Amino acid sequence: MSEGMRGPGVAERGNGHPEPAAGAAAGAGVPAGVSAAAVRGPGRGRALVRSVLPPLVLGVAFLLLWQLVVAVFDIKPYLLPSPTDIAGQVVAVFALLLSSMLATGLNALIGLVVGGVLAVLLALVASRLRVFDRMIVPLVAGLAVVPIVALAPILNTMFGSTSDTPRRVVVMIVVFAPIFINTLRGLRQVRPVHRDLMRAYAASSWQLTRTVTLPGAVPFIFTGLRIASSLAVISAIVAEYFGGLQNGLGSRITSAAANSAYPRAWAYVFGAIILGLVFYGVTLLLERFASRRRS
Amino acid sequence: MTTPVQTPATGAAHAASVAAISVRSAGKVFQVAKGAEVRALDDVSLTVAPGEFVSLIGPSGCGKSTLLRLIADLDEATSGEILVFGKTARQARIDQEYGIAFQSAGLLPWRSVQANIELPLELHGVGKTERSARAEELIELVGLTDFRSRFPDQLSGGMQQRVAIARSLAERPKLLLMDEPFGALDEMTRERMQQELVRICSETGAAVVFVTHSIPEAVFLSDRVVVMSPRPGRIVGIVDIDLGPGTQRSEGLRENSAFFEGVTAVREALHGSPAAPMGVELR
Ligand SMILES: Nc1ncnc2c1ncn2[C@@H]1O[C@H](COP(=O)(O)OP(=O)(O)OP(=O)(O)O)[C@@H](O)[C@H]1O
Ligand SMILES: [Mg+2]
Repeated sequence: MSEGMRGPGVAERGNGHPEPAAGAAAGAGVPAGVSAAAVRGPGRGRALVRSVLPPLVLGVAFLLLWQLVVAVFDIKPYLLPSPTDIAGQVVAVFALLLSSMLATGLNALIGLVVGGVLAVLLALVASRLRVFDRMIVPLVAGLAVVPIVALAPILNTMFGSTSDTPRRVVVMIVVFAPIFINTLRGLRQVRPVHRDLMRAYAASSWQLTRTVTLPGAVPFIFTGLRIASSLAVISAIVAEYFGGLQNGLGSRITSAAANSAYPRAWAYVFGAIILGLVFYGVTLLLERFASRRRS
Repeated sequence: MTTPVQTPATGAAHAASVAAISVRSAGKVFQVAKGAEVRALDDVSLTVAPGEFVSLIGPSGCGKSTLLRLIADLDEATSGEILVFGKTARQARIDQEYGIAFQSAGLLPWRSVQANIELPLELHGVGKTERSARAEELIELVGLTDFRSRFPDQLSGGMQQRVAIARSLAERPKLLLMDEPFGALDEMTRERMQQELVRICSETGAAVVFVTHSIPEAVFLSDRVVVMSPRPGRIVGIVDIDLGPGTQRSEGLRENSAFFEGVTAVREALHGSPAAPMGVELR
């Protein structure tokens, strides 16, 4: 964008630094009545409640409506079981549900961490080496639109179907693109005045990266991470649909459905939703923690 | 201009008399799109003695910032020569011969006030305890004691500017380059900061090149006021101000007749009174 241009550009706005658009809306709308009743302890607890409560309330309302619809229209379980049926199954298979969530969650976590670290490192390289930048950016843009989970069966044969590695690799590839693209955008946001300042201090390029470029990109990295955290869970589950180990949520969903145990399949879907929420919530908390020191 | 330009070869005995800045027929042409060019500076010559306070004044776009950036080696002159303490501008930058404050404060938003002030010290490997001791002094100097652990976006524009000034002083530079550092300040803070600056500079013996749009500010602070005109940017007059050493410049001076004479002389030079005088003397 305004790189190489002196004077006020987009990034010059006031005293702040550019905030990625997607980050702005998080945790903004708390229904007033609800939060007043539930929020007591001040400070961090309040922030937690504020970010967790609204989706929770919406979820409960949705479940009530669902139960009502299933009862009123007498919908058959193979079409849509009622929430109480599903809850019954959740209790019945609880231990197995928990271990499947852990297995899938671990795959998603490992893929997310490895892919994320790789994405940030490569974005750093790309932001400093123009040639590399030209090579890798179109590649990643391509990667972002390819349905990577389609690779799962191939990876299964590559790494052997008794290993968790194929799933972790799928997750790694899937999370790479959003984190890489957002990080790189953040790294390119350096304000001209900061560049001048570091030049005036005769700072090395590593010092520039460490004290200006990378800290400036942190909000962008978190935007990427937030998108990637949901993708990580989804791809870890979907990767299991293509065979291999039978230890995760995805494989339990397919086998339950194959046995016409629909409420049980839904119980595992419920586990998948919880897992997704946990990943999203943890990234959100990390982001809060990182930005607390800024303003 | 009385200080003769000396070469570095004159030896240690004369080291003190090497000009802080020596600009000789410097020009700067910016290449803009499709071969068009902007002549931002044309044949500018200026010598600043050690410890001397020189202001640059002139209409917007006359190349004040550009001249400052050439001295700071943030841009390269397209013609002429610029020496800082007898070295090339580039070498002087690498040797950290100057401190700089920009028009937009340029603080790092993720660092506290204190950490911002410590930045240059940190980059140049000064130890932690020494850093925070120095920052402490500077924070007190610019009157931000209660704000040391705040972040820039919790400060007013004027406070941010004061942090930037403290940062520019952190390494006790022998030369300060300041581009409208008081532009964002209210009149009262501005006058207080002017007095602080003039005191600090005369106490530390630092030379200053100070860009401003305010005639009274230039007169109050300076030993000499350099008046510039645009298209192409040139020096059209240099007004000597004789208001005594910085340590003795106080609020009362603003009502002094010598002060008003200085203001008048600069204003005339700015508005291009007939035969813009080089080196108007005011006594
Ligand atoms: N990077 C650049 N590329 C092209 N032209 C430039 C660049 N920087 C400055 N100029 C031009 O050089 C001229 C002088 O600019 P400069 O910023 O030095 O003015 P100034 O005297 O500092 O003005 P102001 O008082 O408004 O800050 C202007 O005409 C400007 O358009
Ligand atoms: Mg300017």
